[in-house]
Amino acid sequence: MSAALRPDLALIARTVRQSARVLDVGCGDGALMAALRDNAGADARGLELDGSNVAAAVGRGLSVVQGDADTDLRYYPDASFDYAILSQTLQTTRRPDLVVEELLRIAAQAFVSFPNFAHWRGRISLLWGGRMPVTRLLPDTWYDTLNIHHVTVDDFRALVKERGWHIDGQWFLKGDKETTHANANLFAEHAVFLLRK
Amino acid sequence: MASVPISEDSRFGLRRQVRLAGPLHLSSGARLGPIDIAYETYGAMNADKSNVILICHALTGDQYVASDHPVTGKPGWWWRMVGPGKPVDAARHFIICSNVIGSCMGSSGPASVDPGTGEPYAMRFPVLTIADMVRAQAALLDHLGVDRLTAVIGGSMGGMQALTWPTLFPDRVESCVVIASTARHSAQNIAFHEVGRQAIMADPHWRGGDYYADGQIPSAGLAVARMAAHITYLSEAGLTEKFGRRLQGRDAKTFGFDADFQVESYLRHQGLSFVDRFDANSYLYITRAMDYYDIAEDHGGSLARAFAATGARFCLVSFDTDWLYPTAESRVIVHALNAGGAQASFVELSSPFGHDAFLLECPELNRVVDGFLRGGRA
Repeated sequence: MSAALRPDLALIARTVRQSARVLDVGCGDGALMAALRDNAGADARGLELDGSNVAAAVGRGLSVVQGDADTDLRYYPDASFDYAILSQTLQTTRRPDLVVEELLRIAAQAFVSFPNFAHWRGRISLLWGGRMPVTRLLPDTWYDTLNIHHVTVDDFRALVKERGWHIDGQWFLKGDKETTHANANLFAEHAVFLLRK
Repeated sequence: MASVPISEDSRFGLRRQVRLAGPLHLSSGARLGPIDIAYETYGAMNADKSNVILICHALTGDQYVASDHPVTGKPGWWWRMVGPGKPVDAARHFIICSNVIGSCMGSSGPASVDPGTGEPYAMRFPVLTIADMVRAQAALLDHLGVDRLTAVIGGSMGGMQALTWPTLFPDRVESCVVIASTARHSAQNIAFHEVGRQAIMADPHWRGGDYYADGQIPSAGLAVARMAAHITYLSEAGLTEKFGRRLQGRDAKTFGFDADFQVESYLRHQGLSFVDRFDANSYLYITRAMDYYDIAEDHGGSLARAFAATGARFCLVSFDTDWLYPTAESRVIVHALNAGGAQASFVELSSPFGHDAFLLECPELNRVVDGFLRGGRA
């Protein structure tokens, strides 16, 4: 099952320990939750904005609530999960910093994955083309993208430092393969951070 | 329909009724007993009794969830949810649906004979709550030898009962499906009900509720109550699409007060056909029970506290055009469940049909309920 997972989700699925309590924020149709439940015995809960995604996830027997990461995380009690997961959702929230704060209040550790807007293809597109990048990873035009907070690996690291969060793990992806930490801000298409407060 | 007895046990099957000695201790402090409960069961209990599902009906519903109605001849009111190949299926589940107390389809209500006087209770029947309806269901489960429900499911007032179940009997419910419902009746909900009650009580045939002897029932008042309520079950867009401003069987307005418009004719039909199958006093009692419903109020003002003792899983569904119990009401429940760490699912589905959507064709609803029920057995 995890073979079909998106690379960043597969990486998270490999890292989450057995029988963990997991909150997947922006869980989509529940693919990662199902993998964690079936392969790692996780007690997985989800939060998802899109109703048809929620219906699909509940339809596969998962506990998913329709809601908004920006407004609904406050209803979850402190330290009620081992992991919170925010995959490919950070850049779509209104206040990414506050959302991560909430994740670290609710869970002991938080996975945060996002597309790296400083990848060299995007830089070239902007530098030489003078246009906002439309790439394989970021296929939407500027006017209809859900990505309202474009973030780079170095931006995120700066935020982590500023807020005093700790990085327990970091992974960088190019396509479906892990890539080097060196110059990740230039060469990584995706970043996955594991944070704690 | 030919009923093949799955068991020789006369407690199980279609069109059952039982008299329980009681007394039932009611929310008001009064006691009610003996109590009659009319119910149906479908399917068979498995060896470890782990396949029992209780279906709770809405305000004017009844126990005929999946069999033809004896008065109207119509198919069971939730045949889209309960039946072969449906999310709730007698081939896999043992299904119970009982008429709520206070109603008029065979369970004790104001039209029942008070054993103390030999006369119908009428308004001497005790005022009930949703919790009292649930207590009566629990007494029925005791009679049927059912300890635990794998699921309790309901829409609208049925959802109120389903949600009340784990608060009263936290160890008897494994999962709870609450559709198009709420944790409390709002001022607007109470207001609409009061319109209906006043219509009934203003009917000269109502006579303080003592209308059973001569057959002169407050049908005009009950019909108006039904018409007003029926509007709240539909969406504005649905009404517009179904009727618009189209005229009923005429080419021009009559400049009179006949049912010129199709929507008037439709509502009048809804009102008139309702009085043939429903008791006006039952309508008063059940709407009152709904108005008194506020789960948080019963738990020191904290909805989260109401669910603290249960390990049940919850599935909540709302509909985007339901303005009677809008999505915000379901969210209140979800937030309380999240605060308590309960396993909760919630989705707002899209439907043009307003509150009534839960009874109508909605493949997404079936998919959600089916997945939720199967998820518990993974």
